[in-house]
Amino acid sequence: MLGHSQWNSAAEFFAMGGYGFYVWGSFLACAVLMVIEPLMAIARQRAALRELAREQLAEQLNKETKES
Amino acid sequence: MKPRHKRAALIVGALISICVAAMFVLRALDSNIALYITPTEVAAGKAPVDKAFRIGGMVKMGSVERKELTVHFIITDTAKEVPVAYTGILPDLFNEGKGAVVQGKMDAKGLFVASEVLAKHDENYMPPEAQHAIDKAQSAGTGAGTETGAKP
Amino acid sequence: MTTTNRLSQIFYHYASPATFYPLAGKMIPVFVVLAALFGIAGLWIGLFVAPTDFQQGEGYRIIFVHVPSSWMSMFIYCVMALWAGIGLTMNTRLSSMMAQALAPTGALMAALSLITGALWGKPMWGTWWVWDARLTSELILFFLYIGFIALQASIDDPRRADKAGAILALVGVVNIPIIYFSVTWWNTLHQGASVSLTKAPAMAQTMLWGMLLMALCFWMYSIAVALIRVRAIILERERHTEWVKQLLAGEKHAGA
Repeated sequence: MLGHSQWNSAAEFFAMGGYGFYVWGSFLACAVLMVIEPLMAIARQRAALRELAREQLAEQLNKETKES
Repeated sequence: MKPRHKRAALIVGALISICVAAMFVLRALDSNIALYITPTEVAAGKAPVDKAFRIGGMVKMGSVERKELTVHFIITDTAKEVPVAYTGILPDLFNEGKGAVVQGKMDAKGLFVASEVLAKHDENYMPPEAQHAIDKAQSAGTGAGTETGAKP
Repeated sequence: MTTTNRLSQIFYHYASPATFYPLAGKMIPVFVVLAALFGIAGLWIGLFVAPTDFQQGEGYRIIFVHVPSSWMSMFIYCVMALWAGIGLTMNTRLSSMMAQALAPTGALMAALSLITGALWGKPMWGTWWVWDARLTSELILFFLYIGFIALQASIDDPRRADKAGAILALVGVVNIPIIYFSVTWWNTLHQGASVSLTKAPAMAQTMLWGMLLMALCFWMYSIAVALIRVRAIILERERHTEWVKQLLAGEKHAGA
């Protein structure tokens, strides 16, 4: 799989010529933050929908108690 | 009561962010924004006396000498030169003919005693073979022994 | 005259949160897929095809995440200020919501630019950080995003929060050319631009392609996340309107 590329072995790939910590550290920082951010945005969207559903339910119950 | 709280929070928040921003602007302006001065500026007497400052330039070809733990080299902008002494770990990209920024103080004999040496690299990225080709072409075109990468 | 009327009609049609909310929902998967495709291609070229650099060895590969995040941090700020400015002058609710949705993504990009820059600076320059004009102005950009978010969060009335935020965002635009030109205006440790509109790129072809593909990936990612967030903001702000109530009723039917 690595045949036609820059690397002779997986170990060489992960070592990054001695800069492994810095290269993988920066790629990892990006990966972690770029996974957390969309999850937080989705959670915010879900929370907004839940809040809306709760408000609507409360309104409905209010109406029903008034009617009865 | 509540709207007043809100207004106060707004003002405090805005002030804090402006202060933080201004603090960093001032910190940067502190040394005239420039991170370093050149050897020519040092020769013109623009260096602060008895205060640490930074000099930026190129490490002169053939000037790096190691005496035990201390490294001696000359930093140049091709017009003027400053001799530098430094004891410590050099960055990976520190090399003769390459850019460097040194921080420290000038001693009485005009030797710059550095407490920190940073390497400054250029914006070119290419495979080593391409660099060899350029070096070859340059030495063939202008004769052997010319300085390459004269721009710090 | 009629064309401008027609254009402004179209503008106000799509500037209505009721129209935009479902449209954004349809657009999100498109941008997620684009981000993934560009990301896979960019990482492949960046990590497997692009050659070693003549002076930095394999360490230069940080460029494939550092430059895209730096570009996006500046670009998102301009777009955010533009939306905030439109919201301020034309009083369109959606524009201000767009600005609000972009700020956290911009702050994230500025943070990534600083983190990856530090991880690159340590081995190559010999320091995590210097108070260099480029680094300092990028840090100010990060604080401008944080200031914008904090300012808006501190004001309860959304319309007033929009106005205050817009003014801060517009004033802060001054920082963008400072970041961009810092390396030519002042002596900095940070090198000049490898890629610019005025000269040929100072990079090998495959390196450049890897970087551009990663930049496209970060761009598509930013659009996708901003769209997800703007939908949440629309729901938060418009919850008492009739269309949101209808939307919720419709979703309940679809779910049942």
